[in-house]
Amino acid sequence: MTRFARVAWLVMRKDLTVEARSRELLLTTLFFAVSTVLVFAFGFVRDGRAVEDAAAGILWIAIAFAGTLALGRTFERERYHDVLHALLLAPVDRPAIYVGKLLGIVALMTTVELVVVPLVALLFQAGLFRYPLHVAALLGLGTTGFAAVGTLFAAMLVRARSRDVLLPVLLYPVTIPVIIAGVRGTAALLQPEADLAMAGAWIGMLVFFDVVFITLSLWTFEPVMTE
Amino acid sequence: MTQRLFLPVIAVAMLLFAGAPVLIAWAPYESTMGLVQKIFYFHVPSWVMMFLSAFVCGVGSAIYLFKGRAAADRVAVAAAELAVVFGLIGLVTGPLWARKAWGVWWQWDARLTMALVLWMIFVAYLLLREYGGPGSEKLAAGVALFGMANVPFVYWSVNVWRTIHPTTNVVPTLVPGMRGALWWSLVAFLLLFTAAMMARVRLEGQRAALDQVYRDLDD
Repeated sequence: MTRFARVAWLVMRKDLTVEARSRELLLTTLFFAVSTVLVFAFGFVRDGRAVEDAAAGILWIAIAFAGTLALGRTFERERYHDVLHALLLAPVDRPAIYVGKLLGIVALMTTVELVVVPLVALLFQAGLFRYPLHVAALLGLGTTGFAAVGTLFAAMLVRARSRDVLLPVLLYPVTIPVIIAGVRGTAALLQPEADLAMAGAWIGMLVFFDVVFITLSLWTFEPVMTE
Repeated sequence: MTQRLFLPVIAVAMLLFAGAPVLIAWAPYESTMGLVQKIFYFHVPSWVMMFLSAFVCGVGSAIYLFKGRAAADRVAVAAAELAVVFGLIGLVTGPLWARKAWGVWWQWDARLTMALVLWMIFVAYLLLREYGGPGSEKLAAGVALFGMANVPFVYWSVNVWRTIHPTTNVVPTLVPGMRGALWWSLVAFLLLFTAAMMARVRLEGQRAALDQVYRDLDD
């Protein structure tokens, strides 16, 4: 177990070190997320105010879109100089590599959310900080679930043709429960009378989703990555 | 074995399809919806076959992924194609009925959304196989497995989200004339599914055999 955790930690540290030096992914993904929010603002603002429930939807769509972009880019980087090949050749547990990549993606997406969430709260007068723990739980669990499926799909698509377009095509239908849970859970918290029971139910579903899909990913990573 | 069974299966399926309009016409009119309700005899069986195909594809993919049996992958791809075809029949017949019964072509109802999402997963599966290049069979098998695991989550989340579709509970309450026509159609669709699976799996098998012959020739 300690060896597994160590490998995962090293893979994550490698990703974060590369990112800290170039800041390429963070800055591009962040700016992309902000642009998405802006584009949606034109669609969903009437008479200076956002239409009901729009803030929750805009937030989660921005996260999903930006996450897809980050997933594609982070594995594109692994393709240069055959880094992914080298990782897979290393005499370590393959699932540990998956966990390391997943942690790196979650860290990146969380950093983006730290900017996008206050921005959405500010621009759409959304009370995202009224129940900070609930919002944090929805965001954390939702991001983990989205990234869990996304990391596996992006990793296996590294070898495929037309991977840029195939990633969202494969990822969105499978992560629809995450998007529904995120949007409806956040919307339940943003109502004038926050529905904490409803938000709690969605948080529970996200926990289930994360457990099932992380287990399934750990289980399938080895066979799908073997050529 | 399957080769010898193919002709009888397709023949019986065609006979049933030929007889279906008569039975459907004989079936009593539904009191409130009238004639449009009759689309139900094609709509329900096609969705049942879609879910059967999805299940076969998921199981085939899992066997291929973990046991590496090429034959399981051939079954999975055949089932995925049938899932898309039967799903398309369901997606076309559904709105035709909904326009009359609900007054709109599409409703963001739980069942409709779930069926659409599941159908999209299989379209994505086929897109990956078609455009993913060499080695995409394995990746597609992973997608099918995730798609299967996703069904209960989609089911739960869209149900909490909203629902207005007539539930499957209506089936036992059908009057006998309707029930007979429904079962007749179901058997016809099941035989059509079986025949199409046989033909498609055989085609994939022969394709694989041809590839092998070419490879042997190159060596």
